Amino acid sequence: MKYSVLSLIKNTLSGHRNWAPAWREPDPKPDYDVVIIGGGGHGLATAYYLAQQHGITNVAVLEKSWLGSGNVGRNTTIIRSNYQLPGNEPFYEWSMKLWENLEQDFNFNAMVSQRGVINLFHSDPQRGAFARRGNAMRMHGVDAELLTREQLRALVPFLDYDNARFPIMGALMQPRGGTVRHDAVAWGFARGADARGVDILQNCEVTGFKIDAGKIIGVETSRGFICAKKVAMVAAGHAGQVAAMAGMTLPIESHVLQAFVSESIKPYIDKVVTFGAGHFYVSQSDKGGLVFGGDIDGYNSYAQRGNLPMVEHVIEAGVAMIPGLSRVKVLRSWGGIVDMSMDGSPIIDKTPIDGLYLNCGWCYGGFKATPASGWCFAHTIATDAPHELSAAYRLDRFATGDMIDEKGMGATPNLH
Amino acid sequence: MRGDAGKMRPASGDPAEMDATLIAEWHDYVYLRDNPKGQIEEYWHHAGGCRSWLVVTRDTVTHEVTLVVTASEHAKPS
Repeated sequence: MKYSVLSLIKNTLSGHRNWAPAWREPDPKPDYDVVIIGGGGHGLATAYYLAQQHGITNVAVLEKSWLGSGNVGRNTTIIRSNYQLPGNEPFYEWSMKLWENLEQDFNFNAMVSQRGVINLFHSDPQRGAFARRGNAMRMHGVDAELLTREQLRALVPFLDYDNARFPIMGALMQPRGGTVRHDAVAWGFARGADARGVDILQNCEVTGFKIDAGKIIGVETSRGFICAKKVAMVAAGHAGQVAAMAGMTLPIESHVLQAFVSESIKPYIDKVVTFGAGHFYVSQSDKGGLVFGGDIDGYNSYAQRGNLPMVEHVIEAGVAMIPGLSRVKVLRSWGGIVDMSMDGSPIIDKTPIDGLYLNCGWCYGGFKATPASGWCFAHTIATDAPHELSAAYRLDRFATGDMIDEKGMGATPNLH
Repeated sequence: MRGDAGKMRPASGDPAEMDATLIAEWHDYVYLRDNPKGQIEEYWHHAGGCRSWLVVTRDTVTHEVTLVVTASEHAKPS
């Protein structure tokens, strides 16, 4: 059923008792053209674009838990395309363009809100770095504005502009950046893929691969063996676990990233504001809660929860940036397991095994990339060749020296 | 903290000796990670105390620490 004002009125008049489920719950078929491992945002987007762009509909998405139980529902919902390097910026800008038309495209309200993303700077060298980033963005055709302190003050008056350690001198703003309701992204892609014939198999965990003479034959799962011509791994924090079953070791460490939401308060912050120097960023949800976070805890983890030192650090940084937050109560915190790559950039590529494809390494920036990741990965799977926008996200770039080191900080798993 | 203590530095870093095997060993050492779910041995720096480098055996699912030895003890051949 197409969602519209008409369908809403019709279902209101019948007391909302006749809404059809948004997707089926089929049993696994014995074989598929493409099996996607991971029912998160990127996996569902991949299935959606495989069906929509490439006409490949004999597809299954395997999710070991319930749909959207991983990082697609654990992030802080921010979208932006404020990157600098040629391998990154066109990809993230394409993602932003897909976000801008996504709701019309998949007929689902994802509450895309382009409220503007603001990155604060606190020194002359940092202003120079941000001006350079903004210029790089504009040369790629992306919107970027360098704000003076007074321009910034007119937009967000409640910051501590005269902080002794980090006085605020201005900011780089991407007006088209913003937030999206993350659960709706999973649901919208799932519904759109399902309507085109894709089977979404929940509670279906992959337990092994069947590989013969370097070619993929199928996957062993908790719901039986499934034959597949092509298999796509999109397991985010568990990328290494899944790849290990195929005998691969990845340039990935899994870390925990915490996020927080406060009690509901009146409309206060109508932008996304990031305080990179203090490791804090914040936006306000439509329910009124402040959604905020900081850096990863810093040690390998699969726990989906973090520890108190990072909680303290994030909240200290938040109060340093916005003193008015000191009496706002934190409602909840949670952790997501992020696949930290060794240069801060993702991997969308084929693997040495014929018919096996890999999408991982999103660090803590995967949500904004969801549509473009699905778009490019679907292209890679369908055509057996990289999409031009994701051609730099090669698995072998660490061996060949072609890293995309956006921060220029070398080989560590805590970048970006 | 410096992460995975299971990685061993390749025998030589001399550019004159770099062959395909040694390059592959360096690639493995610098970039690849077993990334275990469960027990991991990793380097931690006791920055707030004795400033020793330690090797901590920890569970990446429960965060439980089961063993701590100094890095020098860890490096001794057993």
